Amino acid sequence: MRALTWHGRHDVRVDTVPDPEIVHPRDVIIKITSTAICGSDLHLFDGYIPTMRAGDILGHENMGEVVEVGAKSPLKKGQRVVIPFTVSCGSCYFCGKQQFSACDNSNPATTSDMSETLYGYPMGGALGYAHLTGGYAGGQAEYLRVPYSDVGPVVIPDGMPDDQVLFLSDILPTGWMAAENAEIEPGDTVAVWGCGPVGLFAIQSAFLMGAHRVIAIDHFPRRLELAKGLGAEILHFREVNVREALFEMTGGIGPDACIDCVGMEAHGLGIDNILDTVKAHTFLGTDRPAAFRQAILSCRKGGRVSVPGVYGGMMDKFPIGAFMEKGLTMKTGQTHVQKYTAELLRMIEEGKIDTTFLVSHHASLEDGPDMYRHWHDHQDTYTKIILKPGLEKGAVQTQQEKIHEPA
Amino acid sequence: MTGFLLSGDEDERGDTLQRTLIGAAAMAAAAGVALYFGRKRSETAGEPLLSDAPASTLRGSRKPDPALIGRTVTINRNAQELYDFWRKFENLSQFMDNVRAVETLDNSRSRWTIAAPAGTEIEFVSRITEDQPGRVIAWESEEGATIRNAGRVEFIDAAPGRGTMVRATITYDPPAGTVGRAIAKVLQREPNVQARRDLRRFKQLMETGEVTSSASPSGRRSEEPTKQYL
Repeated sequence: MRALTWHGRHDVRVDTVPDPEIVHPRDVIIKITSTAICGSDLHLFDGYIPTMRAGDILGHENMGEVVEVGAKSPLKKGQRVVIPFTVSCGSCYFCGKQQFSACDNSNPATTSDMSETLYGYPMGGALGYAHLTGGYAGGQAEYLRVPYSDVGPVVIPDGMPDDQVLFLSDILPTGWMAAENAEIEPGDTVAVWGCGPVGLFAIQSAFLMGAHRVIAIDHFPRRLELAKGLGAEILHFREVNVREALFEMTGGIGPDACIDCVGMEAHGLGIDNILDTVKAHTFLGTDRPAAFRQAILSCRKGGRVSVPGVYGGMMDKFPIGAFMEKGLTMKTGQTHVQKYTAELLRMIEEGKIDTTFLVSHHASLEDGPDMYRHWHDHQDTYTKIILKPGLEKGAVQTQQEKIHEPA
Repeated sequence: MTGFLLSGDEDERGDTLQRTLIGAAAMAAAAGVALYFGRKRSETAGEPLLSDAPASTLRGSRKPDPALIGRTVTINRNAQELYDFWRKFENLSQFMDNVRAVETLDNSRSRWTIAAPAGTEIEFVSRITEDQPGRVIAWESEEGATIRNAGRVEFIDAAPGRGTMVRATITYDPPAGTVGRAIAKVLQREPNVQARRDLRRFKQLMETGEVTSSASPSGRRSEEPTKQYL
């Protein structure tokens, strides 16, 4: 089959590789119909995530049609399914507590050594995301092996188009859990750093959970426009002093909750971010947490900080004084996707959540490498890219004619 | 550097040399402290222990045997079920990576076939030295084994509803001493790595019914999509 493979920093290619096979009786194989490029794929593209190997297949936002079924899978051939990016066994202590991304069994015995060394305990598995999380092939390919198919896949009712449900695999539950972790109360003002797909879904989720105001921060005009379309007030961080602006806009109180949807590769003008960039490039540090620091310093006393943005290693200059003295609460983590999919699917069906307004491009799998470059270099216009193995090479469709209409 | 985030534009180049000297002095001081505590520890080696921890976690000279390896894993199953599976030694090759086969000889003795470096195999006979159903199994190799080894696995109830803590303790005499251990380490068969991974596989098998595999295709020509390579 054809598959998009990683070969090094800023080097992804479409290769011909063997087809996946059923390995365990609970597995299924799906034929991919839609697979999106995620913001966190850029961390792989930029070489920020360790333990990638040349030849790894990327892609963790996948859906498709079941074409092969293991003896112990409850799925049936022909069903359309969305696949959570988190691989979860469903029977360990953590899965029992619905902490699916902390699954104790889904990272193979050999690859879990790495995260045990880095983080103290082994991480759960994830599709298409380096060997730290198990080394599973991703779905930016024609076919995908799905382990534990009785736990993750969401069967999609007939008549719902791919674009509407694809994001149940990652970014929609991630934005939703980000808002849930912000413990929003009626009347709250919520500040969201980063208006990428996760930020946009966090904004939508925050309003659905009763936020009075959402203030969104970014520097790409098109992404800020999408946030505004959801009803957020917007801040362009190159135009304004963000901390001062948040202070003034909240009458000197500060946002009740701050959500960092940026993660380890923050852009920014601060001296701290310039130093972090130098450190990351000289291997003296791993993460560039400018947005994270700003969120902690901006948050009101006793407020909540929610961090869906991806971090991987060590941070310099964590503002622990501000965090402690103000009595902040922080919640974070990889998304427990399986916990949220049923509820979110229902909300999509009922029209409560708009999942298509952010899609800017559809392209063939063969055009994947070009799409990675655009996703990296043209973040203003490329707001979400969906790859479709069914399309012919060169068949790039620019969308985004659809603008979100506030309910 | 401290405080730059808040103070912003302070000139940093001027005091680079000064900071380097402070850094060097701090490192020298840290080395001195480490040396002091290192000595202090060896002086207190004979004192009674205060910690409620397994012997394998003891530091330095307090450890009873440097070759002692211990690892605990919590498994979401009851102790009797786990004991029963383990006690049937034939099952061990399902999750112990270097155990090719175990053959039960009589109620207390079994013959083990172990994968050794360079594609070879070694065999030894192991004898049960302690057997408490649902709680403990201990064994040791009989006279003449190539790798003399002794093991003990305990099944300890975790908090109610949280399954069983399985603690394996292994002592071994590595083949050909230090050189053998170095070879074993290169081949990732170093015993503590092996114990850690074997227990993870035991947990996977008991909790999910399968030993987890991320086997999948890749662009690496030498690999097959049905095998686990790392």
